[in-house]
Amino acid sequence: MKTSTYNMPDQTGHFGQYGGRFVPETLMQAVLELEKEYSRALEDAEFHVELQKLMKDYVGRETPLYLAENLTQHAGGAKIHLKREDLNHTGAHKINNTVGQALLAVRMGKRKIVAETGAGQHGVATATVCALMNLDCVIFMGKEDIRRQQLNVFRMELLGAKVVSVDAGSGTLKDAVNEALRYWVTNVRDTHYILGSVMGPHPFPKMVRDFQSVIGKETKKQFIEKEGKLPDALVACIGGGSNSIGLFYPFIEDESVEIYGVEAAGLGLTTEKHAASLSKGKPGVLHGAMMYLLQDEDGQIQEAHSISAGLDYPGIGPEHSYLHDINRIKYEAVTDEEALEAFQLLSKLEGIIPALESAHAIAYAVKLAAKMSKDENIVVCLSGRGDKDVQTIKDKLGGEE
Amino acid sequence: MDKIQKALSDTGKKAFVPYIMAGDGGLRCLKDRLLYLQECGADAIEIGIPFSDPVADGPTIQKAGIRALKEGTTLKKVLEDLKEYKHEITIPLILMTYLNPLVAYGFYNFAENAKLAGIAGCIIPDLPIEEEEIILPALDKANISLIRLVTLTTPAERIKEIGERASGFIYAVTVTGITGTRNNFNKDLAEFLKTVKSMSPVPVLAGFGVSNAEQVEEVCKYCDGVIVGSKIVDLFDQGELDEINRLVKTADAVSI
Ligand SMILES: Cc1ncc(COP(=O)(O)O)c(C=O)c1O
Repeated sequence: MKTSTYNMPDQTGHFGQYGGRFVPETLMQAVLELEKEYSRALEDAEFHVELQKLMKDYVGRETPLYLAENLTQHAGGAKIHLKREDLNHTGAHKINNTVGQALLAVRMGKRKIVAETGAGQHGVATATVCALMNLDCVIFMGKEDIRRQQLNVFRMELLGAKVVSVDAGSGTLKDAVNEALRYWVTNVRDTHYILGSVMGPHPFPKMVRDFQSVIGKETKKQFIEKEGKLPDALVACIGGGSNSIGLFYPFIEDESVEIYGVEAAGLGLTTEKHAASLSKGKPGVLHGAMMYLLQDEDGQIQEAHSISAGLDYPGIGPEHSYLHDINRIKYEAVTDEEALEAFQLLSKLEGIIPALESAHAIAYAVKLAAKMSKDENIVVCLSGRGDKDVQTIKDKLGGEE
Repeated sequence: MDKIQKALSDTGKKAFVPYIMAGDGGLRCLKDRLLYLQECGADAIEIGIPFSDPVADGPTIQKAGIRALKEGTTLKKVLEDLKEYKHEITIPLILMTYLNPLVAYGFYNFAENAKLAGIAGCIIPDLPIEEEEIILPALDKANISLIRLVTLTTPAERIKEIGERASGFIYAVTVTGITGTRNNFNKDLAEFLKTVKSMSPVPVLAGFGVSNAEQVEEVCKYCDGVIVGSKIVDLFDQGELDEINRLVKTADAVSI
């Protein structure tokens, strides 16, 4: 593996064999236009100024890098630092991406927005920027996710978005993406699709990564300021892969840094109820990109399972698929049960209630820290806060307490 | 000139190409339905392969796909089935399938078996020209035409490029949207079809949203024929065979 000069994706949006633009012809124009507008924006100083201003004054960046001493002591090994994306406006990293994409939509003269959401965090982050920039907003959300993330549905509605329930399939994130894509195909002339993770057709995986990279850039600067060196390991949870690539990307070329992505193992990798696309899937094409997918031998996509709505997706973004194959990142999996434990652990030890998604990263970091020495350091992306999950946890634990 | 192009040109009439979902009603229905459509006078038949996540399809074809998957339909089984009776079918058969079942099959393996099953062409709705190199060598080797789509959002420049690559026919998508019946067409449709026609060396067939005789007639004024999907799927599901016969014959009546 040689990542000291990492430069992906290529001109055509491929990360090795992954990525690409596998979309219906009707969308090609929009996808090409977006790519062009994004490149133009990157060259435009005004765009950067506007983005930075919103990131600072509206989103509340930079977010702290917090040394979790109690958790560190509990794990009994390496020091665990938390990158506090939960402190962003709307409570998760998702808004780093939606602010950037909404600015692009406005630049393209598209005043209507469609998005999918799983946990509802991306939906809330999208509805929020739409309220701010006065854009029409339609959010597709699986029926099952609507049930388990009620609070976020209400938040989106308060923000003025229309939330559409999707009954198809298992009523989770994959089905919401299907429906959002169909809506986009039908309304593409005046609508921008704010995809919520590093998936979909080029340029989404690159663009979302770039917007989320603020996480890793800040982390690097903060860590060096505090410790005068680089961390030894990074850990983040993976649904589509955006908070993780956001933290990881600025460290890809730093070969001394071990990087761990944590997928959802659901009820366990030996069962059929998990969302571990890399551990258990194989390459295929869905939602516009070639990537690892949970699928049967005939290429039918399988339903994922995770207690956390945000990780409940049968694919993993193309860049992660590539980084997996070249062995730059190690991918691990954490079960529902381990995540639930970590959820409570962080709440009790640090007074921080994490999102169930982020709890997967915490669970793995605790295990990893125990195997490392006390003078080593781990940074965990605490991708979101857990308010949205309190009801789920209450239902789960209700019987036990 | 490939087999599809030949079958759709020089017939002295407009082409009618019905779409059916393989395995809807069970795979045992496939042969009867293909033979019936051939007897009605279809000029070619599009055979849909069910997929778990058909993002280019509306409710009718989505539901048919779910029914077919519940029956245990797979691409492999469909090709096996076709091999048995391909000699009874003289019109070209074209597979309409999303890309992932082909990825899972392996492109060369798929193309070889498709050829043995008598498949003349493939329509892959999630494969724009930017990505087609991924499968083209395998299809070329098996002499299977890749049917390309153009849409109302495809600029003239790009229509020209797609025309230059075309084989079989060009599939002109008549709506900005997904499959399914529509009451009205976009006002720009005539202009669009004329543009495609002027840039295409192969026949141009219009599809998506065409569902009745008036629409067939209207659309056929500007191109070489029509593809009718959701309506045919519905009619088979409801057992309305006579209605299918009438619909297939509507294209014959359009003067050329
Ligand atoms: C708090 C939180 N973390 C993580 C994720 C997973 O998404 P990604 O892998 O794109 O970061 C989600 C998705 O909804 C989320 O809400």
